[in-house]
Amino acid sequence: MGSGSPQGQARVAPRCVGRSIAATMLSMITVESLTKTYGRGMTAVDDVSFTAATGRVTGFLGPNGAGKSTTMRIMVGLTPATSGTATVDGRRFTDLPNPGRDVGVLLDASAQHAGRTGREILTLAQRTMGLPRTRVQEMLDLVSLTEDEADRRVRNYSLGMRQRLGIGAALLGDPHVLILDEPANGLDPAGIRWMRDLLRGYADRGGTVLLSSHLLHEIEVIADDLVVIGKGRIVARGTKADLLAAAGTVVRARDSVALAAAMEGAGLKITAHADGSVHTDASSDRVGEIALARGLVLTELRAADGAGLEEMFLELTADTQREGVAA
Amino acid sequence: MSTTVLTTARPEPATSEERSRRAVGRIPLSRIVGVELRKMFDTRSGFWLMASIVITSVLATAAIIVFAPDDQLTFDNFAAAIGAPMTVILPMIGILAVTSEWSQRSGLTTFTLVPHRGRVLGAKLLAAITVGVVAMFIALGVGTLGTLVGSAIAGVDPVWNVSAMHFTLIVLGSVLGMLFGFMLGLVIRNSAGAIVTYFVYTLVLPPLLGLLAANQRWFADLQPSVDYNFAQRPLFDGNVSSQQWQHLAVAGALWFLLPMAVGLRIVRRAEVK
Repeated sequence: MGSGSPQGQARVAPRCVGRSIAATMLSMITVESLTKTYGRGMTAVDDVSFTAATGRVTGFLGPNGAGKSTTMRIMVGLTPATSGTATVDGRRFTDLPNPGRDVGVLLDASAQHAGRTGREILTLAQRTMGLPRTRVQEMLDLVSLTEDEADRRVRNYSLGMRQRLGIGAALLGDPHVLILDEPANGLDPAGIRWMRDLLRGYADRGGTVLLSSHLLHEIEVIADDLVVIGKGRIVARGTKADLLAAAGTVVRARDSVALAAAMEGAGLKITAHADGSVHTDASSDRVGEIALARGLVLTELRAADGAGLEEMFLELTADTQREGVAA
Repeated sequence: MSTTVLTTARPEPATSEERSRRAVGRIPLSRIVGVELRKMFDTRSGFWLMASIVITSVLATAAIIVFAPDDQLTFDNFAAAIGAPMTVILPMIGILAVTSEWSQRSGLTTFTLVPHRGRVLGAKLLAAITVGVVAMFIALGVGTLGTLVGSAIAGVDPVWNVSAMHFTLIVLGSVLGMLFGFMLGLVIRNSAGAIVTYFVYTLVLPPLLGLLAANQRWFADLQPSVDYNFAQRPLFDGNVSSQQWQHLAVAGALWFLLPMAVGLRIVRRAEVK
């Protein structure tokens, strides 16, 4: 279901026709050396640079307070940057004539007037953007808010319903770029699956998606590219495949103590976990060799995948975590 | 809501072709004003605040008809009775037009859809003035009706003792009060704080300044040009001398224009969270 699916190509192709290559390459989010400092020397965002490419879902990952939301607020002009730039298709957000038609934004689903109905909130956005009135009902259908729910005041919405409404509002203007801050928050498992499919399909049809999360699994499932941030600084970025390949190997043996000792003896950097598994940066090939040489029975030997991203996340942000070194 | 979420509808990102075809133009100010007007009515509290303009006008008129002696059933008395609640309601509308974006955090959406705060606030100001002027004409209508009905019940000739000029000055005074509320909303950006400040300014400050003026000669001379409340009073009386216009301009610059400029500067730079 990668971006190279036939349907994806068919819809992306017209994009390049009649446009210069440079223009096509600009069809994305570009953040350059973004810095935001507050008084008393507090630096919330520190020289952050990354791109989110067309047709891909870019996951923006980091622990709480790492600067994800601040970066996103700067991108859409809600917070002034101390220095650096953020552009969409080469233009600053504030220079877009009707931003909602180009960029769908969801920063905080709860930031709505509690006394308005869901339908009214979409109607205000529809009017601001100058869209046909039918668009409101289309979006309500898309995010599965019933008539009854749409006419209820947002005060009485669950967080999941607010997220759906927020996603509907972001998609209202038929944008080609989405900037979503923790969109999976408050959604139930079925809702998370729904959103994942929605964003995957959206990117496959040529959209650009930047979404932040501290939910590692969620990002790992959906993202093509990753940007990991900790304490305001980028600690890793690249394709998910590349970053996970660098995440190393997970190995388990019947005698985990002997295994850990053998691996350390062979000069590998290891992290032993309480559940008996051992994580290392070395390849599985090398770990297998060591086990064979010592006659150890392995019960598991694989590239770090499921836990890999979490491993990497905790490792990369270890010195920036509130909890201290977690692994 | 929790399980039936699988829909087949899919959002289609606009392709570059579609985008260039629809040639997105800049959002016109008139559209933003329209949206801001709608936002003043589309919540229960907003709706009742607006409705209270009509309701208090009718109540005040009824009270005059019932309680005032026959020779007091004059248009200016109706106008005064209706104007009193108006001077409280209109500034509240001015305050809430601004502060709700911060207190309710809807500014996150508003200032993302229109990432130019000056334009949004300008639209809010125009929407507030529109409501203020329309409210005064509603008051005029109710007052006229009250005078006709009241004098008919009492069997006296209706007394039309408010000139068009006087009415215009009253409208101006009411809108100035509303703009003062707008300014407070902009500077304080918190509904409760701005409302409390407004009442301190209109209810607590005038007697204190009056006391000061009564006891200190230097302040008595100065008061007309530094006390904004004081300077606005002639507007409601219908007679404004050229000196009083000057006083109003000086006091207005001090109490309204200056803080408004500071507030605008802060808001345009401040973070919206």
